[in-house]
Amino acid sequence: MGSSIVQAIIDGVLTGGVYALMAAGLTLIFGVMDIINVAQGIFVILGAYLSYSLSVHAGIDPFLGLLITIPALFVVGIGVEWGFMRRLKEGDRTAMSILVTYAVSIVIEGVLNISFTVNYVQIHAWYVNRSVHLLGFYLPYIYVFGFVMAAVLLIALYALLYRTRFGASVRASLQDRTAARLVGIDVRRVSTISFGIGVAVTAAGGMVFGATNAFNASTSYDLISRLLAIVILGGLGSMGGALVAAVFMLVLEDVVAVAWSPIWATAVFFAALVVVLSIRPAGLFGRQVARAQ
Amino acid sequence: MSARRESGGAASPDAPAVPLGGSGRRRAAIGTAWIAFAAALIVFPVVFSNPTVTTIGVFTLVYMTSATAWNGFAGFSGYVPLGHAVFFGVGGYTLALVALHLKMAGGYAMFALVPLGGVAAAVIAVPFGLIALRTRRHTFVVITIAVFFIVQLLAFNLGFTQGSSGVQIPTPLWTAATFNDRFYYAALIVLALAVLVVWGIRRSRFGLQLLAIRDDEDRARGLGVKVQRVKLVGFVLSGVTVGMAGGIYAFFVGQVYPQFAFDPLFDVTVALMAFFGGLGTISGPLLGALLLEPIQQYLTLQYSVGSLYLIIYGALFLVVILAMPRGVIPTAGEYLQMRRARRVERADGRSPAATPSVEVAPLGRASR
Repeated sequence: MGSSIVQAIIDGVLTGGVYALMAAGLTLIFGVMDIINVAQGIFVILGAYLSYSLSVHAGIDPFLGLLITIPALFVVGIGVEWGFMRRLKEGDRTAMSILVTYAVSIVIEGVLNISFTVNYVQIHAWYVNRSVHLLGFYLPYIYVFGFVMAAVLLIALYALLYRTRFGASVRASLQDRTAARLVGIDVRRVSTISFGIGVAVTAAGGMVFGATNAFNASTSYDLISRLLAIVILGGLGSMGGALVAAVFMLVLEDVVAVAWSPIWATAVFFAALVVVLSIRPAGLFGRQVARAQ
Repeated sequence: MSARRESGGAASPDAPAVPLGGSGRRRAAIGTAWIAFAAALIVFPVVFSNPTVTTIGVFTLVYMTSATAWNGFAGFSGYVPLGHAVFFGVGGYTLALVALHLKMAGGYAMFALVPLGGVAAAVIAVPFGLIALRTRRHTFVVITIAVFFIVQLLAFNLGFTQGSSGVQIPTPLWTAATFNDRFYYAALIVLALAVLVVWGIRRSRFGLQLLAIRDDEDRARGLGVKVQRVKLVGFVLSGVTVGMAGGIYAFFVGQVYPQFAFDPLFDVTVALMAFFGGLGTISGPLLGALLLEPIQQYLTLQYSVGSLYLIIYGALFLVVILAMPRGVIPTAGEYLQMRRARRVERADGRSPAATPSVEVAPLGRASR
């Protein structure tokens, strides 16, 4: 029992890293643009399907395929931002963004259902069903590789945000759009690129998700509710918060699944969110908003 | 911030620019339109007795009720809950489980259980609201989604809900030709109730308090509005109505399953309908549901295998949101107002009362 709980914690940390990456994209988009991107779930699935097609039809290794799928989703993100998000008016922006991204997501869901049917698929590679035996614990290769990849990408994202001029303008827009505009930052351009980056990371997350789970287009509902829960728990707009919340939630879920029952693991996942938010309405690391209007 | 205006009687007092006769005429026209609309809904199943059509009719009425009730809370308070399927499902399950345990045969008595679904929804709505309404904006939205998923999981896994196999509801032994009509009129009664409730809220002190919360919650509290209580009452009223709609829906469909009674699509669909027609108006959600639900049903029937309907539905929605971000009813209202203003301007070109047009015009672009 004790060792199986440790195993569950290890699994939770490893998968939590991948969720952290996907959630980081979502929270980046929210922070910069004040937009909740409900389509993030379907973008993950889109990324998974792209990796799946590349590996099935062209025989490209999923990790290598990321060199194609990440730029592809970056372009999709830019397109969605340019086509829809920037046409929303200030004011009702947040509420409208939920509707618009939801509409985008059902269009993509329809396209995916037609292109790939609704049968569940899973990405296969030599490392998907093998694990390494370490100190009495099993570490599936895909979890380890996925975690390392997520860590690398998160560090890259961190470096981009905190070590470059572009990152400085993103952070400025994150703090205050109007003030950022006043000091000469092209907030629109920053928004577009941030949206692109926020969507692009789902390609990597989606690849690992698709290799560890059987999925179809409607899996995106489950994904987006989890991602939203993570992002809100961490505090909207807080990268570090998303990271901590992702690992916390996934570890909690895996431990509950082992110690109690897998049936209730997901319920505990959402119950934890409700409990935390009843105590801290702004999330773990969210900025307390004095006047939320 | 200007309160979002509403098409209807409430519009006339703050539009002094329109000549008095015109205002009265307008009110009469709107009253006539409502009566005609109600009459059309009443005679609909008599004229179109095809069961396929009346089936769509029942679904449409259920969604009109739900969208109206959703808007009664969301449109007036500014909070956007995406978990109303909880109430819908609870209403359905209440009807199914009570019928099961009382060993009821299908019949008119079943309709008596519909209000019971509303009561059960209220029992759920109170703790739900107490937790969720402590938060605002995005956090509120996500909490309602989280509660929704918890309740759906409970329905899947608790013993008395019979898990994923769901609960069967006895089918009444009514003749096929008029089978749907009874459901249709029951749904129509619930819809009338919902519209009356929302209309009452809109015209009451309570409604003004909700609107004050929408415009600036902290200031409303400062002015003495008991914000938590007002929000909770609004939330529960909305939940009760949706619960009754859910009861009728379940009885009509004849069974409840966790994934259909607690459907994430329902959460979003009612919100889409309210936004589509015009948030915070009374006619908007009615129109939204009246247009969208039949389209959705038709597209589902037409392209039953493929997912083409998802694409068409989503694309249609994108176009409408981008072209009319405030919904059909407010946009149409503005358009009419602008035309009237121009007409008044032209007619009064030589009279001294030419100024009104100046006052009317800003109302036309009262967007925020």
